[in-house]
Amino acid sequence: MTLDEIVNPPVKKTTGSRRGDLERTMVTIGSSLVAVLVAFVISGLLLAITGKDPFAAFSKMGEVATNTDKLYETVQRAMPFIMSAVAFAITAKLGLFNIGVEGQFLMGMFWAAVIGAYVELPAVLHIPFVIIVGSIAGAMWGAIAGYLKVKRGVNEVISTIMLNAIALQVIDWLFNEFFRFDDGTGSLDVRTKQLPESAWMPDIVDNQLNGFVVVVLLVVIAYYVVVFRSRFGFRLRASGLNPEAARTSGISANKMVLLAMLISGLVAGLVGLQYLMGESHSYGPTRPSGYGFTGIGVALLGRNHPIGIVAAGLLFGFLEAAGGPLQLEDIPSSIVRVIQGITLFSVVIISGAADRWYAKRTTERAARDMQLAGSGEQEVAA
Amino acid sequence: MSDDLAVELIGIEKRFPGVIANHDVNISVTSGTIHAIVGENGAGKSTLMKTLYGMHRPEKGRVIVNGTEQNFKSPSDAIDAGIGMVHQHFMLADNFTVTENIILGAEPTNGVRLDLKAAKRRLTEIATSSGIEVDLDALVADLGVGQRQRVEILKVLYRGAKILILDEPTAVLVPQEVDELFENLKQLVADGATVIFISHKLDEVMAVSDEITVIRAGTTVTTVLPSETDQKQLAEYMVGSELPAGEPRTTEIGDAVRLDVNGVSVGAGGDGGRPAVDDVSFSVHAGEILGVAGVEGNGQFELCQAILGLADATGSVIFDGHDVSSRPARERQDLGLAYIPFDRHTEGLMLDSSLWENLLLTRDNDPELCPHGFVDQAAVRAATVATISRYDVMTPSETVPIYALSGGNQQKLLVGRELDSGPTVLLAAHPTRGVDVGAQSSIWDKLREARDAGLAVLLITADLEELLALSDRIIVMFDGKVNAELSPSDATPELLGTYMTGGAV
Repeated sequence: MTLDEIVNPPVKKTTGSRRGDLERTMVTIGSSLVAVLVAFVISGLLLAITGKDPFAAFSKMGEVATNTDKLYETVQRAMPFIMSAVAFAITAKLGLFNIGVEGQFLMGMFWAAVIGAYVELPAVLHIPFVIIVGSIAGAMWGAIAGYLKVKRGVNEVISTIMLNAIALQVIDWLFNEFFRFDDGTGSLDVRTKQLPESAWMPDIVDNQLNGFVVVVLLVVIAYYVVVFRSRFGFRLRASGLNPEAARTSGISANKMVLLAMLISGLVAGLVGLQYLMGESHSYGPTRPSGYGFTGIGVALLGRNHPIGIVAAGLLFGFLEAAGGPLQLEDIPSSIVRVIQGITLFSVVIISGAADRWYAKRTTERAARDMQLAGSGEQEVAA
Repeated sequence: MSDDLAVELIGIEKRFPGVIANHDVNISVTSGTIHAIVGENGAGKSTLMKTLYGMHRPEKGRVIVNGTEQNFKSPSDAIDAGIGMVHQHFMLADNFTVTENIILGAEPTNGVRLDLKAAKRRLTEIATSSGIEVDLDALVADLGVGQRQRVEILKVLYRGAKILILDEPTAVLVPQEVDELFENLKQLVADGATVIFISHKLDEVMAVSDEITVIRAGTTVTTVLPSETDQKQLAEYMVGSELPAGEPRTTEIGDAVRLDVNGVSVGAGGDGGRPAVDDVSFSVHAGEILGVAGVEGNGQFELCQAILGLADATGSVIFDGHDVSSRPARERQDLGLAYIPFDRHTEGLMLDSSLWENLLLTRDNDPELCPHGFVDQAAVRAATVATISRYDVMTPSETVPIYALSGGNQQKLLVGRELDSGPTVLLAAHPTRGVDVGAQSSIWDKLREARDAGLAVLLITADLEELLALSDRIIVMFDGKVNAELSPSDATPELLGTYMTGGAV
């Protein structure tokens, strides 16, 4: 065995290698699509049972899907979902169930608003500055859970649930004690000091599509490159797939947990910035909430894959965008939440079944291929 | 001995995808006896017992229990027929008491309330009549291994089992505990129970059984009485021929010491106070295979973890002249340390991942495969294809998930991954465990080739044939210590057996 042989191995055509990859992808995509379809069918039945016309609802959704304004809204609403799903997926790839994105995103949004408002910079620097402040704040909050898990063995589910609650209280306290800004108008809508205009994220399409979409795209691409293409990402995934084998190969589990929580927090800190930099320009008690939890569902439906997450995020964004128009048709807008929920249920069930079916089929086919190869080899198992 | 047959297995065949685990198995177990089933690791003993216990269904053959043909669909059917199984790995809840563990799943009630008193009364009766003594109120967490095993046996008896299957019950026991277990088993049999005892330890089998059935390569070879055979003959039945003399090698052992282990100790993991590895020293030269014999669980695993840098250890590990005692695992591997793990599924492979990702697992520091910190998929796949063809791995392609391959082919890829990383020292733990004969001989050939090219190998194996076929020197581990060192030409199963059980000559 020489190095040369590694670099230039004897060429052997392996037919069907690409086929294997493609098939696996098709099974994954197929099962997710079926899950979405099933969710729509069940929701339709629910509508019918409650005396609403499901076809009217679906044709309204069709209208929404073909309306350019509504498509911008879909993308706009999808952005925090996608960002939050990426944050969740980074840790999910390591086998952690990190539900702390909610707290991390609030921390990121709050500190970005506060610190960003007291800094004066030209826009070309101010926008990145606010983004960096947000992600560092998110990362620090996420790192607490990572530290607790590594040093004290605290389960990340427990610690992140608690940190979510703590984040809310800490932010409320900080806001009320230190950062309420009196603009002198006597308005009841108390907020932090407004960000200078240099920190506002410009719209790409006026009032319809915010420039933050570029940040989202960059994050998704970075997620793909780091987690799916880099050596670090390989080690992260290996540690999630078989922690013991990863440990045996010399990968430090503790280091992976800390890094994954930190990176996840970096991304989580960005979730609320579209709202901050593109819409509100300040932080107030009327802040958005729940993105951290919706992101878990989006990551689940998207199977933690960047393309899957974007598709699932757009679907959820679309359903949110369709909520208003449905209400006008006297169809309860909560039906979109029902569809989201049922989608998640059915994706868990259907993808599980599809994976088992695929595993069985692959195993059988590999065994058959080997017999065709004429080995006739038979093995004695323990 | 009465002539009633407690269990009859006729023509059993059990297949898994690509594998025939059992075929033409015929066993008759007489009621009220201890019947041993012996065979090497991977001979198909456990598969057969799972068939009898209803954990899976055979493709062919008949299972007859107490004269009635049975078609078990699940273990609960087998339990109803009076069969109980004590697994090798205990299945007990640590923070329950002994009584609670035993009644778990079959709780006696008066009305709706759990009737612990009645349970304890019955348990005390069972314990007294069988002579199996254990404190019924103790927490399982506080019990030693031998006592836990007694809890498992009581549990099986409590469910009304008359036929007990014990899967390698002595693997985890110290000699005194083994003696106690055998006393218990004899008492049980005297009270009318039937015991099926699985083992690959010949001295124990000879000591305790009334009849012995030998399994080799998935099928029954013969059934003999202990009075009509001896250990050597049993060993021959197990391996199929006279024990092979180590094949004479044509290359010389090098002078350079590649691996030098000095006074290495590893603390016990939690329960029990004794260290798992106790002051072990040895060295391995370039081009040498040092065989480590020993009953599993005598510190071999912890020794490997210490050498790999994965366990807290004292003493020094010197690797090709570098003292790596305080270096992290990855650095040791980068210096040329490779490892074929004890259990490929838990320590070695990512079962859901493709072959090429599995190849990358221990090789991702190779700049050819991961230039500048990014995975060069094309290069990794090419390297995988090369390993596949060189090690004759039967697979449709390098992209299929590795669970689709048979155990032998998974192992060949794993061995190829480690040998192709260009190591100077290889820790090979059970390199051919659970693989077929063809894969075994090809793995042996590859190990010999690598040895001839100068690789230093520490070979840990429970397979005497493998030990004798490959080793240049043999050390025997017992109870965390090196109990003996000998040359393969001096090794006999009896001698090794004595050393492996702590004896001296």
